[in-house]
Amino acid sequence: MKKKFDFGPYLYILPAAIIIIVFRLIPIILSFIVSFYDWTITGPGKFIGFENYITMYHDGEFWQSMLNTFYLVIFVVPISLVLSLVFANFLNGIEKLKSLFRSIYFIPTVTSMVAISIVWKIIFNQQTGLANFFLTKIGFDPMGWLAESRGVTDLFLSSLGMNFSGFIQNLSGGIGMSYNTLYLLLGGPSLALFCIIIVTIWKGLGYNTIIYLAGLQNIPKVYYEAADIDGAGKVRQFFKITWHLISPTTFYVLMMTTIVTFQVFSQIYLMTGPPVGGPLGTTKVIVYFLFDKGFGESNNLSYASAIALILFGIILTLTLFQKRLEKKVHY
Amino acid sequence: MRRSISYIILSVCGLLMVIPFIWMLTTSVKSQLEVNKGNVGFLPIEHYSTYEEDGTIYRITPVKEDGDSTYIHIFDENMYLIRSYEKVSTSDIVENKEFKLHFENYKEAFTKVPFKRYFFNTLFVSFSVVFGVLITGSLAAYAFATMRFKGRDFIFYLFISMMMVPQPVYLIPSYVLLNHMGWIDTYNALIIPWIANIFTIFLLRQQFKTIPDELFDAARIDGCGRFRTLWTLVLPLSKSVIVTAAIFGFIGSWNSFMWPLIMTDSPGLRVLQVGLSYFSQEASAQTSLLMAASTFSILPLVILFLFAQKQIIASFASSGLKG
Repeated sequence: MKKKFDFGPYLYILPAAIIIIVFRLIPIILSFIVSFYDWTITGPGKFIGFENYITMYHDGEFWQSMLNTFYLVIFVVPISLVLSLVFANFLNGIEKLKSLFRSIYFIPTVTSMVAISIVWKIIFNQQTGLANFFLTKIGFDPMGWLAESRGVTDLFLSSLGMNFSGFIQNLSGGIGMSYNTLYLLLGGPSLALFCIIIVTIWKGLGYNTIIYLAGLQNIPKVYYEAADIDGAGKVRQFFKITWHLISPTTFYVLMMTTIVTFQVFSQIYLMTGPPVGGPLGTTKVIVYFLFDKGFGESNNLSYASAIALILFGIILTLTLFQKRLEKKVHY
Repeated sequence: MRRSISYIILSVCGLLMVIPFIWMLTTSVKSQLEVNKGNVGFLPIEHYSTYEEDGTIYRITPVKEDGDSTYIHIFDENMYLIRSYEKVSTSDIVENKEFKLHFENYKEAFTKVPFKRYFFNTLFVSFSVVFGVLITGSLAAYAFATMRFKGRDFIFYLFISMMMVPQPVYLIPSYVLLNHMGWIDTYNALIIPWIANIFTIFLLRQQFKTIPDELFDAARIDGCGRFRTLWTLVLPLSKSVIVTAAIFGFIGSWNSFMWPLIMTDSPGLRVLQVGLSYFSQEASAQTSLLMAASTFSILPLVILFLFAQKQIIASFASSGLKG
């Protein structure tokens, strides 16, 4: 006896499927198509093949945005990871006030990026900000913060009395690279970008701490009891037991923080400039760059789409790479 | 000993985490005049000079010192300038300090731009999205978790794989699509694309799968149809996960910024985050008003968080666990 075809299950997934297909799947497919056309707000123009990608390759602004985004990622991810693991370890070791501290660290995670960007922008204000207020209170010179385009390496070495720009000048003559490129590479993120790094870490710290705390609570106590009997100290226990057993969580935190940091937008849009991405483009990140190309003056939706796809490619590659690595070191 | 080191470090770092919020609160009740003078510490204390003449105390501002005397501007009680460049003896000028909270900053910020409207828009959009997400999510998750049908796993993993695509990728084509549909600058653009959420489907499916088969069998024997089983058996057993999904949906929708910034244009459709962003450009020099606006725009979520912190933290923590 043949059963009648059952439409029921399909009816149950239909509402969700319609929305997901129309507003996710189709746009994702469309983004590839758009990137190959000369597409503006008025509609599709002619097919231009890889022209957008070629333009991008020669676009200095694109490379600077990429570099800024990489600076953001390589500072935010490790610092956030280490700090949240440290906090989680301390939190895991206490009983009283645990939930109070947990809540305090977590509040930035639930508050909106827009509101806290406004607050941090004023904190870093040169005249009326809290940052310079503290600096001058403890006897330092006030700093430019969000208005400072010089790199942190430059600022640090110059404060020690080294002539950093002279060094770059000599080096650029020596190896035949332009002064500006070499400065951006060796000068490090500008102080303005460093302010963004601080805010981004601050915002995400609570979430990572909570994730780590959950991971730590899953480690069976017997390991530590055995280590205690063997006479291993707490620091040794951390590196010999915790660090290994927590590695799946570390991979998750690493992956999520990296993906989220690659997509930083709101804090750049609200804290920097005018013009946004300043000073001297040192805080322009990739998502702001594509927003500006797509919805700014040039309104070049296809170019913006091509940039978005490059971003997607990078994130996808990193994810797959981390997944492979994770398999290798999974305990 | 070890304990106390933990507490000290946690307290110091905890303080660093909340300092921005504390400073936001204290600055929000300061007068702009004080902030502009550079009194940007935590205490809302005002500094001002007065000068007494014929038994009346006038507010003054010193302009320039000249030997033992000082040139001053004199103001009346409404802070209108009544005389300028008066020469008086410096010793007659009294320096005052006063602890004063300017709660009127909140009213001024709230009425300066239509924040009432922005709050309404955000609440309307957030509640609609959460409502939609729960309905589409529980229906789909129910099918994925309990029914057998052709293509089930393929469709499910197709959905899951799309969860990994970052927003900037579908942002531009979504704009193209919504523009084509004539939905740009309407509530539809803010609500409809978000009323199905892959993560919610995933979350609910995991929960529905934990319900023992015996319960489904019992329901079937009692003559319960599919939908009634969902409504009377599955959903009541999944309350806590539904609350989790609702909280995620609400926080995400409340805080979303880039999407509404791009998809809407007219001031009447601005959600809170977009309205706040425009306000921060318009009132960029008015620090205390900006702080007041930031405070009342994060307040609803902070209150929600304080009431449901255990549940919220547990929800976020569970998002990191695999399974």
